[in-house]
Amino acid sequence: MILGLNRRDTRFLIIVILLTLFTPFLMQPFSEGSALAQFNGGYPDLMAKVAIFGIFAMGFNILFGLTGYLSFGHAAFLGVGSYSAVWMFKLLTLNVFPALIFAVIISGLFALIIGYISLQRSGIYFSILTLAMAEMSYRLAYSVLTPITNGETGLQIRATDPRIFDSATSSGSPNLFGLELSSSFKWEVLNHVFTFNVGFYFCAFVAIIMFYLTLRIFRSPFGLILRAVKSNQTRLNYTGHNTRPYTLAAFVISGLYAGLAGGLLALMDPLAGAERMVWTASGEVVIMTILGGAGTLLGPVLGAGAIKYLEIIFAKINENVLHGWFGFLPDGLEDFIVFILSRFTGEGWHLTLGLMFMGIIIFLPGGLVQGGQRIAAKFRRKAPNDDDDSEHHPKSTSHVAE
Amino acid sequence: MAILEVKGVGKRFGGLHALSDVNLSVQENTVHAIIGPNGAGKSTLLNCLVGKLMPDSGSVLFQGQSVLGRKPHEINQMGISRVFQTPEIFGDLSVLENILIPVFAKRDGAFRLHPFETVQHEVAVIDKAMTMLEEVNMADKRDMHAASLSRGDKRRLEMAMCLVQEPKLLLLDEPTAGMARADTNNTIDLLKEIMDRRDITMAIIEHDMHVVFSLAERITVLAQGTPLVEDTPENIKTHPKVKEAYLGETAA
Amino acid sequence: MDAIFLQILNGLDKGSAYALIALGLTLIFGTLGVVNFAHGALFMIGAFCAVTLQKLFGLSYQVIDETQTDFLGKPLKVDVPYLESWLGPEFSAALMDWSVPLAILFSIPIMVVVGFVMERGLIKHFYNRPHADQILVTFGLAIVLQEIVKYFYGANPIQTGAPEMFKGALDFGVLIGFEPNKVIYPVWRLVYFLFSAVVIGGVFAFLRFTTFGMVVRAGMADRETVGLLGINIDKRFTIMFGLAAAVTGMAGVMYTPILAPNYHMGMDFLVLSFVVVVVGGMGSLPGAVLAGFLLGILQSFASMNEVKAILPGIDQIVIYLVAIIILLTRPRGLMGKRGVMEE
Repeated sequence: MILGLNRRDTRFLIIVILLTLFTPFLMQPFSEGSALAQFNGGYPDLMAKVAIFGIFAMGFNILFGLTGYLSFGHAAFLGVGSYSAVWMFKLLTLNVFPALIFAVIISGLFALIIGYISLQRSGIYFSILTLAMAEMSYRLAYSVLTPITNGETGLQIRATDPRIFDSATSSGSPNLFGLELSSSFKWEVLNHVFTFNVGFYFCAFVAIIMFYLTLRIFRSPFGLILRAVKSNQTRLNYTGHNTRPYTLAAFVISGLYAGLAGGLLALMDPLAGAERMVWTASGEVVIMTILGGAGTLLGPVLGAGAIKYLEIIFAKINENVLHGWFGFLPDGLEDFIVFILSRFTGEGWHLTLGLMFMGIIIFLPGGLVQGGQRIAAKFRRKAPNDDDDSEHHPKSTSHVAE
Repeated sequence: MAILEVKGVGKRFGGLHALSDVNLSVQENTVHAIIGPNGAGKSTLLNCLVGKLMPDSGSVLFQGQSVLGRKPHEINQMGISRVFQTPEIFGDLSVLENILIPVFAKRDGAFRLHPFETVQHEVAVIDKAMTMLEEVNMADKRDMHAASLSRGDKRRLEMAMCLVQEPKLLLLDEPTAGMARADTNNTIDLLKEIMDRRDITMAIIEHDMHVVFSLAERITVLAQGTPLVEDTPENIKTHPKVKEAYLGETAA
Repeated sequence: MDAIFLQILNGLDKGSAYALIALGLTLIFGTLGVVNFAHGALFMIGAFCAVTLQKLFGLSYQVIDETQTDFLGKPLKVDVPYLESWLGPEFSAALMDWSVPLAILFSIPIMVVVGFVMERGLIKHFYNRPHADQILVTFGLAIVLQEIVKYFYGANPIQTGAPEMFKGALDFGVLIGFEPNKVIYPVWRLVYFLFSAVVIGGVFAFLRFTTFGMVVRAGMADRETVGLLGINIDKRFTIMFGLAAAVTGMAGVMYTPILAPNYHMGMDFLVLSFVVVVVGGMGSLPGAVLAGFLLGILQSFASMNEVKAILPGIDQIVIYLVAIIILLTRPRGLMGKRGVMEE
């Protein structure tokens, strides 16, 4: 027993830690200058985003994956986290810790209020309440709250900020006790360029801690009862558990994760805008969680990674790139294929995303994790239940607690 | 000693008197059945007992405390467990997990934030749950998905989920409704086993005479929202009013 | 008094749009029990029907006009719309001018087909899935539809105009006894309101007075019983989906002179229309209409400067605020029926 985990979970955690630490290698598999180099995803910015949105989705999964309550307003907490962090940068110091702590506290309070109100209802009404509440926050951030949010321009760090704990000579970007997050170390070997960025490793470190906490929550009696909420609320009530505080706790916890993610976003790029809070941004975390597999441990992180990676890679594949790939084909055929594919790449990324999401809901409601389990089961000719994540194998259908 | 006392309970739905002036008391350590033809108000009465409906008049006392206006989880915490017509279990969880949840409710109350404890380390809780599973002969199915159990096993599991809380009163709502004869007999055997093994107070709402006469020590016959008669099974069988109101129908 | 009257009028056109969209959403929800997040996309497709017709009318070929020369001294190339060469300049100009109202005729068959395809191709498979799955898959569909429109029409709003005779504003106040220039109201908004009143009246009459409508209403009330009577309710529900799509699409067509359509207008209206539906009461058609108008008017009152001075920002959030209060105090909404999507 290490850290309160059994052997299987410890092994699972170690694998996740190793994968995270070696991300700069894993996401940079192709050598520079090769035709496939554009599939490399080892930019600090992208890798940090994967970690950050992984945290966001992990938290969302505690609410949606475990209890089945589908919130369409979680981007609001992400936005609140970002604003809070930037304010700490402006007022106190560019050190990341006050910013993150403040982001978590404020978004947690915010989640407590919104959660308390929204959880008065369940099912679709809950979804609509969260939607309405998040839209309200978004619109207020754009209008009357401009003194706090700086409206459309977005909140950013300025040279004139008080920053009472920083010396006058300190630089203008967030740091970890003096070590700037934007600094990185490049390592060139065998025609590969690997970038090790302070910001990414900081986000990765936080993500690992959050993953560990999530694992503990999943294995706890609390997590068990949350799963029972999703499975059968009537039985749970008649068994003597009061569902309301359990769901509220799950809601607030997921809000804390979202606020933390928002804070991390602000420290990678200290600019907070209201567009982070719009309801379709909340839809994005829903998509990530479901793509990976709602209710599974690793699914939401995989989903966040897949979407953030594909988003950047797809944006890079323009018609020229496609012509490069299909240049060996006869001209007419080449043009035709490039024309079709270019509808789905570059600008067409959102189209692909929508189609992919629909496909997952229709054919694979358990997400990538379930898909992986099915494939693994086929190869081993064993029941799919034998996987690492088996205790949480997703239901064949997700649902709103009703 | 009466554990549950229903005094003068009345409930109207619009113009319909679903219940009027219902008085009955369930004695400790007895199996008390409430029977009656369809529409006699059995389900309404049960819903009043578990906090789902609020009667218009009268009182329901459990060990001297009123249960009216309380939420289902509060009533459970007072010591009343309930078995449903169709088994209500946690289909997505394993059989063992299904039993763990009521044990946690019994130990920790209606809410406790324990996100960083680990279920596997709760040895006492797991032991208690396993003992219960052994008692209902389901220990070998502990890791099965509850949804994949057979219908009879689901009923067994639900019963175990209630019993593991050692309730002071167990309410059963038509536990054999819609069951085939064999399943019904299995359920009766299960209930008899439970009665033999522990001191338990049960209130059964039931339509099936066979079940009632196999199990009950006291019977209340409900007709048109009021108790017609309350007596031992032997006396009920021969009671002329009952024959007229209820048995006449089914015997014919 | 006149200020209040003006605000009521101002609220009517927005309210009409909300009412029509919410009506379509409720038809789908009430009959099929499906929570359709792609409903805003139907409104958007309707709006782009108007844009498309305008573009079709404008299709042209080039002719060389020998009488004029361009700056290089070559004969000038002039674009001549096909319509003009086929139908003569006057008639084609009239068609062009009336393209938005004409687009209603154009949009109905398109919307019905879109509705059928959506229902048969996708939504049919989700009747027995949880509401969360319905929300998610239609949300995905909404993204896909919006991206397709974005590909064909670009990201910028496209202006369409109302017919010349409906342009400009009407001094509405004079007609009912206020002083001149107090209540000035754009004519097209009045047209929009009348149009929506006709459509809403039509839908209600259809449901009330036709056998088809009666069966559908019975099906909305109790699907199983109607099914047991041996009536094929599914087929009728598919038709209702087409009808709902057509109503929503028409709402979109007629709204284009008020708001230049862009590809994300569907998502913008979606949240609002859900809010309207829950305020009216899930599954209640009169509730949807009533709530649509009420919220439209409420919103226009909230945007008065006098109100904003007391409660800054209220114009931005009033609808959501009302929805939250209604949901918490009257879970069934204004006119909702018992037992619709409740715990």
